Amino acid sequence: MYNDTVARLTYRALLGRRRVLILLTLPVLLLIIAVAVRSFSGADDRAATDVLGSFALASMVPLIGVIAGTGAIAPEIDDGSIVYLLSKPLPRRTIITTKLLVAISVTIVFTTIPMLVAGYILNGNSQGIAGAFTVAAAVASIAYSAVFLLLGTVSRNAVVFGLVYALIWESLFGNLVPGARTLSIQQWALALAESTAGSGADITSDVALPAAVILLVAATGLGTWYAIRRLTVLTVAHDD
Amino acid sequence: MSIPAQSAPSGQPGAAGRPDARIHNIGYRRYEGARLGASYARRSLFVHSLRGSFGIGRTARSKVLPFGLFAIMAVPAVIMVAVASTTGLDELPVEYTSYALFMQPIVGLYLALAAPQMVSLDLRFKTIPLYFSRPIDRFDYVAAKCAALAAALFLFAGVPLTIAYAGGLLAKLGFVDQTTAFGRGLVATAVFAALHAVLGLLIASFTPRRGFGVAAVIGALTIPYFAVTAVQAVAEEQGSAGAVGWLGLFSPGSLLDGLQSKFLGGTSGFPEELVPSDAAGLGYLLVTAALIVGSYLLLMRRYRKAGL
Repeated sequence: MYNDTVARLTYRALLGRRRVLILLTLPVLLLIIAVAVRSFSGADDRAATDVLGSFALASMVPLIGVIAGTGAIAPEIDDGSIVYLLSKPLPRRTIITTKLLVAISVTIVFTTIPMLVAGYILNGNSQGIAGAFTVAAAVASIAYSAVFLLLGTVSRNAVVFGLVYALIWESLFGNLVPGARTLSIQQWALALAESTAGSGADITSDVALPAAVILLVAATGLGTWYAIRRLTVLTVAHDD
Repeated sequence: MSIPAQSAPSGQPGAAGRPDARIHNIGYRRYEGARLGASYARRSLFVHSLRGSFGIGRTARSKVLPFGLFAIMAVPAVIMVAVASTTGLDELPVEYTSYALFMQPIVGLYLALAAPQMVSLDLRFKTIPLYFSRPIDRFDYVAAKCAALAAALFLFAGVPLTIAYAGGLLAKLGFVDQTTAFGRGLVATAVFAALHAVLGLLIASFTPRRGFGVAAVIGALTIPYFAVTAVQAVAEEQGSAGAVGWLGLFSPGSLLDGLQSKFLGGTSGFPEELVPSDAAGLGYLLVTAALIVGSYLLLMRRYRKAGL
């Protein structure tokens, strides 16, 4: 289920040179905003929920998920170098699960740490807001990684579809059409944050907790299963 | 330049034993037609890019997205007119000046598809040197591409406005009101198109890969917007209404929103429909102009080296 060499190669692809800079920009931006808001308005629970909920969880986590999830496999399929990996005596299942674990770990590291730090900067974890959003970010990271890794095996334009889902479907249609919110990883993660945070924290989700947990597990499981399936039937020969 | 002209030197028989190798005149002719010059090339490049941004002259598959998005863009205008005329409203539910901003995600997606298509493919397939072997230089190239993308965006956002205007007139919403509002809407759309065109092209021109370009354009439009909206909400709750206006300067979307609410009499999407103060308004004008001019200059700098 896990292969060291594949993991090492994937880490190098994800964290090499320019990509790590892109991964770092968003957390840095979040910390800058957190420091600015704190110095500007003092510790405030509403401000913390606003910044963590509508910026960090709504755009930072999905974007890092897109970069790490698709970046773990899509470039290799795109330039054909996945062939060298597939031709090794490794079950293709192992390749997917390893890459998924790497993507999850990268996403979690790059989202939960800045989330927790920003939360402490904003209001010192009053009402457990920082902790709640960190849990939400961790859970969302797992689901996003699985879904976007799947996208990477399905489509050549994985990044585009990932961004369209993350930014346009979840944020904008979610704001306009309430029904779209039930099909959104962000809302499922928010449901977890809602139940973790203290009673005074103003975090609301449109999805009930049990449904959210089931949907999260289902999205992660199905995403992984279908990504394995896609890679198993991937033909090595190119037609272009 | 040692071309053996009419007859080979007779003293050296060729190795293949053909002593009288010669070049025959097989009828190549010089070009004697009209030379259409740089302005024609520039116009061709403009027309070609403009057509390409809607997928005209490309495969059927690449027409789907531009026209699909355009249809989505136009639907609210039609609905607006229908609602206004049946329920007897005296004005349209969405203002002309903020229509493009209201549909920002759709326009953003269209820009993210059109801008890389316009410049990244030229980089990827190394066709730039071919352009520059014609009588145009990089200034012409950048000008033609910017004008084409701005025109495409203007059409993309302006045609639905025109539909709404025509419908508004048919529904007898008041000719003078509608016409001034429509005029302001066109101005707002023009600024919107110019700003987004240069920004999109600048970002797209740095990568030969279309996917990266699309992602970068979407990211550059949305991330600052989310950040600004979140911080504005905080500032508004803290009761510092002045800060809300200044914060709007930091993303293209909120910049245009503040601009149209300050100078074109629209309603802003800021918290409490706040309108920036006079000083902030001046800031909006300056930042918008600086962004457009600065990106344009950077684009020209970008093409100083035609390769990658």
